Amino acid sequence: MTPIIQLDNVSYSYPVSEDWILKNVSLDIKKGSFVSIVGNNGSGKTTLCNILRGFIPHFHKGDLEGAIKLDGTDMSEYQLGQLGEKIGFVFQNPFTQISGVKDTVFEEVAYGLENLGVPVEDIYERVEEVLSLVKIQNLREKNPFELSGGQRQRVALASIIVMDPDILVIDEPSSQLDPIGTEHVFEIIRLMKERGKTIILVEHKMDLVAEYSDELIVLDKGEVLIQGPTRDVLASDVFNKAQIQYPHVTEIALELQKQGVPLNFLPIRDSEITTCFENDRGNK
Amino acid sequence: MTHLQLKDVSFTYPDGTSAVEHLSLDVPSGQRVAIIGQNGAGKTTAVKLMNGLLRPTSGDVLVGDWDTKTKTTAQISRKVGYVFQNPDDQIFHNEVMSEVRFGPKNMGFDEEKTEEITNWAMDLCGVSEYADENPYNMPYSTRKFVTIASVIAMDPDIIILDEPTAGQDKIGLALLSTLLSELEKLGKTVITITHDMEFVTEHFERIIVMANRRVIADDKAANIFYQHDILEESMLKPPAVARMASLLGLPNGILHKEELVDYLKQQLLLGGNV
Ligand SMILES: Nc1ncnc2c1ncn2[C@@H]1O[C@H](COP(=O)(O)OP(=O)(O)OP(=O)(O)O)[C@@H](O)[C@H]1O
Ligand SMILES: Nc1ncnc2c1ncn2[C@@H]1O[C@H](COP(=O)(O)OP(=O)(O)OP(=O)(O)O)[C@@H](O)[C@H]1O
Ligand SMILES: [Mg+2]
Ligand SMILES: [Mg+2]
Repeated sequence: MTPIIQLDNVSYSYPVSEDWILKNVSLDIKKGSFVSIVGNNGSGKTTLCNILRGFIPHFHKGDLEGAIKLDGTDMSEYQLGQLGEKIGFVFQNPFTQISGVKDTVFEEVAYGLENLGVPVEDIYERVEEVLSLVKIQNLREKNPFELSGGQRQRVALASIIVMDPDILVIDEPSSQLDPIGTEHVFEIIRLMKERGKTIILVEHKMDLVAEYSDELIVLDKGEVLIQGPTRDVLASDVFNKAQIQYPHVTEIALELQKQGVPLNFLPIRDSEITTCFENDRGNK
Repeated sequence: MTHLQLKDVSFTYPDGTSAVEHLSLDVPSGQRVAIIGQNGAGKTTAVKLMNGLLRPTSGDVLVGDWDTKTKTTAQISRKVGYVFQNPDDQIFHNEVMSEVRFGPKNMGFDEEKTEEITNWAMDLCGVSEYADENPYNMPYSTRKFVTIASVIAMDPDIIILDEPTAGQDKIGLALLSTLLSELEKLGKTVITITHDMEFVTEHFERIIVMANRRVIADDKAANIFYQHDILEESMLKPPAVARMASLLGLPNGILHKEELVDYLKQQLLLGGNV
């Protein structure tokens, strides 16, 4: 697969920062893949998202070095508006995503399409489809500022998905969601991937990250430690040293291994707990 | 020390949304309580009723020997501190230190106590090293800790944390864990809303489950996470350990990592297959 986004030795610091926030970051995002960026708090995940969507350097100034390519063309050659159509960005804090100019959830979700000049009948259809996909039909008439945290996060996701961008950059879309809602959002993201979208997700919930992502990028203090297939990255020493949460099943298996229990393989999904031990205790 | 009671409290927002119905709760002084449950269940509304940010449409909220009806929000918030779900709703200074110092200063503490408690709160929340920084330039997770610091610096008897676990890494969760123990030692009541089932199981004895505007359970973890009807109604999932235990067909009741590890070790190393 061809990379849709490529970063080559990218370093960045905000106007006020004393040090580099991202350091020599090189990575490839393949078209149509589902890549998760994981890393501890403050490691630079949101900053990296802002580079991937072109917000840095178009909006945030500061020092930027290295090459950033989108579809083979240098990021700086795109207009911010063009980028907005190609790349959808879901903010980490859903409270900041709301436009503030619309009175109902329906209009809020329709807002982006309206700005693009999409015909009214199409807007209506697309918005209804997304409201039901994200399960917020019942909130249609509510004021976007008068929602619970989780409801706002769903509205934020809906208002980006409705735009149907080729690339989705999603910064912790489930931080305010209940456990079933979280799972549901991962299902929606998977559906987007099946529709051919490229997915770049930032998430701390490693059980689901391991279940759904094709690839992981591990960030640590502004550096990419490793990029690769999910299973390989989780089994790597580099990951272990980074002090990032493992999927719970992996954590349990590693603990047992440390205490002398032999493993067939390192499990990364809940269901693998029944087959990962050598004497196969699951198939009793 | 302050006992908190809600007696048959209901609340309807001005737009007609009924968010909390017939809520009765009793939280003795010094207790640690978790509130969990589906999005939109009414958790945030319920705790805003506890500190006077919202006033019941019907029913009573008692804080210690105060009937809150006769008190101003400013008075109540001295006893019941609330850390907002969205940190950006709370932060209004452009320096961490001034943000944290604002509360104690406003409480009328003398200069010495203000300095002391400000530093204590920043330390406990791991934000001392950012004292001079602008909160708006900080990652979401750190901003959340700034807001926690500014509430505990007011030294309220009851502290309410709304989704402190959201977006926290392993290190942030460990910091929260320490914070809970420290506050407990000081005899503070801490009410924590969270969607993190592992965190709840590890840190809370008493768990209140909300769904559809009501409390549907108020019990120990073991009595909640193996009750399918409760989980289903409140859109919850059991913590990972319980999910694994049930995939392995182990007896009900296993909730903690150590329990599962010990059990499996027994089976696999000593007892062979079950
Ligand atoms: N607008 C800004 N101006 C200056 N520094 C910033 C700005 N935004 C972020 N930073 C700094 O950049 C670093 C990385 O922050 P970033 O928000 O990218 O981390 P993160 O990995 O997304 O963290 P979290 O897990 O909490 O969301 C931090 O040291 C932060 O203080
Ligand atoms: N200011 C408001 N005006 C009108 N309705 C509101 C307002 N704030 C919240 N609501 C509604 O009240 C109900 C309860 O919201 P609340 O914020 O208490 O939920 P919650 O349990 O905290 O959910 P979450 O887990 O998503 O934060 C929801 O249906 C929500 O839409
Ligand atoms: Mg971030
Ligand atoms: Mg809430």
